[in-house]
Amino acid sequence: MAATDPVTTKLPDVGGVLEEVSAAETPAGTSPWRLATRRLRRNKVALAFGLLFVLLVLSALAAPIWANNVADTGPNKTHLTDTIKLDGKDVNVVEFDGVPIGPQGFKADGKYFLGADGSGRDVMVRLLYGARNSLFIGITASIITVLLAVTLGLLAGYYRKWVDAVISRGLDVLWAFPVLLLGIALGVSLSLGGLNLGFTTVQGNSLWIPTLIIGFVSIVYLARPIRGQVLSLREKEFIEAARAQGASDGRIMFRELLPNMMSTILVFVPILVANAILLEAALSFLGAGVRPPNPSWGTMIADGIKLLVTSPHLTIVPGGMLVLTVLSLNVFGDGVRDALDPRATIKLDQ
Amino acid sequence: MTAFIVRRLIAMVLVLFAVSVLVFLIFNVIPNGNPEDRMAGKQATPLVIEQIKKEWGFDKPLYTQYGKMMQKLFSGQLISQTNRVNVTEEIKRGLPRTLALAIGAALLWFATGVALGLFTAVRAGQWSDRLVTVLAIIGISMPVFWLGALARNYLGYEWGIFPNGGYTEIGEEGLWQWFYHLLLPWIVLATLFIGVYSRVVRSTVLDTINDDYVRTARAKGLAERRVLVRHVLRNSLIPVVTLWGLDFGLVLGGGAILTETVFDLQGVGQYFAESIGRLDVPPVLAVTMYGAFFVVVFNTLVDIVYAALDPRIRLS
Repeated sequence: MAATDPVTTKLPDVGGVLEEVSAAETPAGTSPWRLATRRLRRNKVALAFGLLFVLLVLSALAAPIWANNVADTGPNKTHLTDTIKLDGKDVNVVEFDGVPIGPQGFKADGKYFLGADGSGRDVMVRLLYGARNSLFIGITASIITVLLAVTLGLLAGYYRKWVDAVISRGLDVLWAFPVLLLGIALGVSLSLGGLNLGFTTVQGNSLWIPTLIIGFVSIVYLARPIRGQVLSLREKEFIEAARAQGASDGRIMFRELLPNMMSTILVFVPILVANAILLEAALSFLGAGVRPPNPSWGTMIADGIKLLVTSPHLTIVPGGMLVLTVLSLNVFGDGVRDALDPRATIKLDQ
Repeated sequence: MTAFIVRRLIAMVLVLFAVSVLVFLIFNVIPNGNPEDRMAGKQATPLVIEQIKKEWGFDKPLYTQYGKMMQKLFSGQLISQTNRVNVTEEIKRGLPRTLALAIGAALLWFATGVALGLFTAVRAGQWSDRLVTVLAIIGISMPVFWLGALARNYLGYEWGIFPNGGYTEIGEEGLWQWFYHLLLPWIVLATLFIGVYSRVVRSTVLDTINDDYVRTARAKGLAERRVLVRHVLRNSLIPVVTLWGLDFGLVLGGGAILTETVFDLQGVGQYFAESIGRLDVPPVLAVTMYGAFFVVVFNTLVDIVYAALDPRIRLS
């Protein structure tokens, strides 16, 4: 793949870093991590989008502050028959023909800042709480994916033989399945029955159902590259040295191999979170993800499309927020990849 | 080549079996509670539940249940729990529409992606790199159902440039109306891929453009256009075609479901989406199984074609 361009554009950068290093009189021992951090710090676009993502997360965390102090309502509270005062006149939150009011800004002291939805719920409040759910699912699912995929990849790559055969064939089957189809099948059957994990039972309408599903179906993206890396790393001298010192398998896997794969994992994390958020939206849109009335960007878009003709803000707002979030993660992720691996071999893909 | 095909076909049968077991587990074993309760839906009488239990063999051992499920799925006698319509018939009815959507979109994104990738490779430099990168990132950051809904509402309903959703049969309204109704769904679905494909094409073209045989072709005095199309593009398209085959399978089991629903094309995807909305298990089960089977078979075909085109694959 495309080594030509990144190399020619990145080489001067590396040279610059090296010069800087010698100027600061620390010639030996600049760790790859510090080099990567420096390269990332120089990538202003990636940093800006990373900052945007942090702001989005903070605004989601601040949802109760807005709900309690400004909007004075909850995410699932309906106001079908309420009126608000606008310029001294009483206006229905939802008109008799079912059309809700549009974005008000601060005209009603921040109430219905982004308008109301078909049930008279405050869109801004729902958007913020929906952001909490969508981000929670995206981030938690990605943590689950990383934990499972790294464990499977380590086991398969380290033990090889039948362990590898079992894990790799299992991954082949998962890989054969279109991700959305697998997610929907699991979403429908688990939301009908709930999931018994042995120590606890997850209810069908819980947020954990889509979280676990997305965490599970995304394993294939990461487990294969990890396995490949373990296969090549385990032949290196430092592993032989560890084995000669009598290190146990567990120690070699988690103390010797794992730290060497951190950059691969880090490159994948923003992309995993972005894909998880998109998958959550698709599942919720189809009714196989977050269950109503819980807000998430996917359920809000699904509700909004029904009223698209009269109230386009109900579709545009949650979708725009979703695109902004996923975009910021993808651009930041691209920057992280360039920083960690200037001769990028991992390609941007779905 | 024969050995390769046989090997690939055996692997395919094994994967198909594993996929069918996975689907069986997902619907009958992994969730909490009784499978007959889930199958029956929300407002079922005890009598109906009892009947389903007997019909699907849920009181028998798991392997009998698996056998019953496969028999039901592949004998074409699966019936929806909510409206008693034959599931296989519904899928057969919707399939041409789904295929029309997926194939058209795939051709569109392939042609546009290759053209744009080649163009930006020839004009290699910072801005063309940025252009395809930005397009690619936007493409993978947009939920297709959101883009589709907005496109239909504004370009279709409000401004009337395109029809406001729906599908017309070629036999009824003619070829042009069919094409016209599918055009916007095609564009929306293809938009997600054009950026990624141009990026891949650009980089593979840049990899081959400095190869010796390309220099030879130039030295022979061939026209630049001929060098690009016959020598550079032909060799750099091999990985792109494989990627294309894989993505096509994924689109059928993913993007097409969402796009169809938004544009009201009444294909398999929309049937699937409506069944999900009603939590109607038999159609969801059937589409999942058929969809996964289709993707597995299709990927095998892509592998075989790839091996036929590129002998190096067969040996590894």
